[in-house]
Amino acid sequence: MKFRGKIVDVACLNHFTRVVTTISKLTKTCVLRLNPDNLFFVLSGKVANGGVSMWCELSQANFFDEYQMEGVSPENNEICLELAPENLSRALKTIQNAKSVKVKLTKKHCPCLTVCAELPTLSSISRVVTHDVPVDVIPKRLWHEFKEPSVPDYDVSIYLPPLKTIKNVVDRMKNLSNFLVIEANMNGEMNLKIETDLVSVTTYFKDLGNPPWGDGASQDGGPTQSRDPDSMAEARVDVRKLQQFLVGQQVNPSKSMCSEFICTSSTSVTKVSPKAGGACPSLHPRYRPSECPPPDSAA
Amino acid sequence: MQCVVTGGNVKVLAKAIHSLSRIGDELYVEPQEDGLALRSVNSSRSAYACFLFAPLFFSRYSIPDGRNFRCKIAIKSVQSVFRSLATLEKTVEKCHIELNEQKDRLTFTLHCKHGLLKTHNLSYQDSESLQAVFDKDTCTNEFRAQPRVLVDTVAHFPPSLEEVTVTVSDERMWVRNHVEDETERSKAMLTELCLASDEFDHFVVKTPNSVTFCLKEFRGLLVFAESSNLPVSMYFDEPGSPVVLSVTDGVLEGNFVLATLSDDPSLPKNKSKGAHAPPSPPPDDFMNDDMDSYLIAMDTSVASGPSTAGPSASTLTDPCTSKLPEANHRTRTHSEEEEEEMEDGSDRPPNKKFRSLFFGSVFPPSPKISTQPVTTQEVLASDSEDES
Repeated sequence: MKFRGKIVDVACLNHFTRVVTTISKLTKTCVLRLNPDNLFFVLSGKVANGGVSMWCELSQANFFDEYQMEGVSPENNEICLELAPENLSRALKTIQNAKSVKVKLTKKHCPCLTVCAELPTLSSISRVVTHDVPVDVIPKRLWHEFKEPSVPDYDVSIYLPPLKTIKNVVDRMKNLSNFLVIEANMNGEMNLKIETDLVSVTTYFKDLGNPPWGDGASQDGGPTQSRDPDSMAEARVDVRKLQQFLVGQQVNPSKSMCSEFICTSSTSVTKVSPKAGGACPSLHPRYRPSECPPPDSAA
Repeated sequence: MQCVVTGGNVKVLAKAIHSLSRIGDELYVEPQEDGLALRSVNSSRSAYACFLFAPLFFSRYSIPDGRNFRCKIAIKSVQSVFRSLATLEKTVEKCHIELNEQKDRLTFTLHCKHGLLKTHNLSYQDSESLQAVFDKDTCTNEFRAQPRVLVDTVAHFPPSLEEVTVTVSDERMWVRNHVEDETERSKAMLTELCLASDEFDHFVVKTPNSVTFCLKEFRGLLVFAESSNLPVSMYFDEPGSPVVLSVTDGVLEGNFVLATLSDDPSLPKNKSKGAHAPPSPPPDDFMNDDMDSYLIAMDTSVASGPSTAGPSASTLTDPCTSKLPEANHRTRTHSEEEEEEMEDGSDRPPNKKFRSLFFGSVFPPSPKISTQPVTTQEVLASDSEDES
């Protein structure tokens, strides 16, 4: 098992840092999966973390100037690590002006993801800083828990208004209730609702647009096609989980999307990074495990 | 006592007080012949800081004749006098510090723009003189760097981190976070930074070594050094003896004395001879050791006036006076202790031990010690030799 990557470009480093920081705001621990083409940050929905799951796919070529890896075996050319994204984020944040950053899998006092940066100095010799982020290597028999979620046929998919706007609304609503109802239809309308014994609050959004699902896409022939465009699909989500997702935003998505699937009463929120094929973390707050469309199909 | 500070020096004074507030809760004020000394010590007495502002720093400086005045004030209240450092520079033209003996108050008067006058009357307590005895000139490792270099260095460590370990070799300095025990090590992120000697203005290593000390107080000094853009000097010998950080320019001198961990089993690179020496058979008076030999120096200053001003002045300004022999005594004491600690290390005593710097009020001094500060140190050395 070997891994070594090198980032030279400052913009790439900065972008990678923002992705990791966003993830660190969502979860204390997550799984980093590495294969020859991609990096994945994965949080699989378990009861322990409130059923929130996350799938973030980064194409290594968009970030790394050098990227070498050797998985557990030629057939399973992957590495699966559990780490605290907070550590990685902190390590990356302090080295934003680095000349180059190497990320390596190392065996020190424990298995570590070592972030090693060469910092500019006034002297002839660069300053070198290394951060050893402890990781747990996940054995192959557990890998199946961190597979890419498959795509259900959503009842409704809708583009979200700027996340900042939603955040402002959700921040207020949080004080009124623990649960919030998101409802949306295929006519570009979405409402955020709070309903308690004392008060009902609804914020209406319109003209948001619905992502087109191509003919060959998995949505073809699904419930979306036959739906009345004005009929609302609704899902109830934990306000705090939704807020946590909104607070940590640092990726500045060009588009974000919410899909709902009535039968499982689930919602998934997908963000698409400005850099095509770049960072696409998605979050699924819900009560029962469900899936969201692969981010690239929404791009 | 009456001091008048004008112009940009008001901000310098304010910054000094802010960085002292990182150390302890009380500010010890002592007007001396050679300037106004402001000092602070932390509750566990493992960190001590002193700023000495020379008479030239002030536009007027006068101290009472005949009797020695010194006091301590809650540092929070002094800080509130100099709240909002940003506006201080723009608005305050002059600051008077005056002792009002009728009312027993120390009066800070800020003369601001447009004739605005702000007066703070602070109550104080009489205190003993606070003086750590240290001698940076005998330290074998000596560094000086621009504040920016060190600020950029500590920026890599999280604010919550308590201690850093500094390791030096002939050409390099490594700074890494100190993690207590093995279980934590497997969870905590380890950060290591390597600085080349030519990043420093001055880099002398005679004994390659590594010391662990508190980061919070170090940051306190850096805040001051950065704002006044003064190079920071660092002096240390070996684990267990204090690290001294100082800034100086013509009219002021700041010294931060921080205790270092006496024994650091987590460091494989520790080249200290003492740490690897074969264990000598010490008795089980581990606790007694704590009391006596961890104490670096003690100056309770029951002795009057001039004798208290004497030692502090000489430690702060005179490079090598009578301090030298005592310092040697001290060093020897510590290295002996090192061996004892290694031995004790086998059955794992608490491995985090900062040596306190002085105990004027914490430990009742023995009658021998309390009379004369100078004999203090000699007694101290011979005492611990007796024990080992």
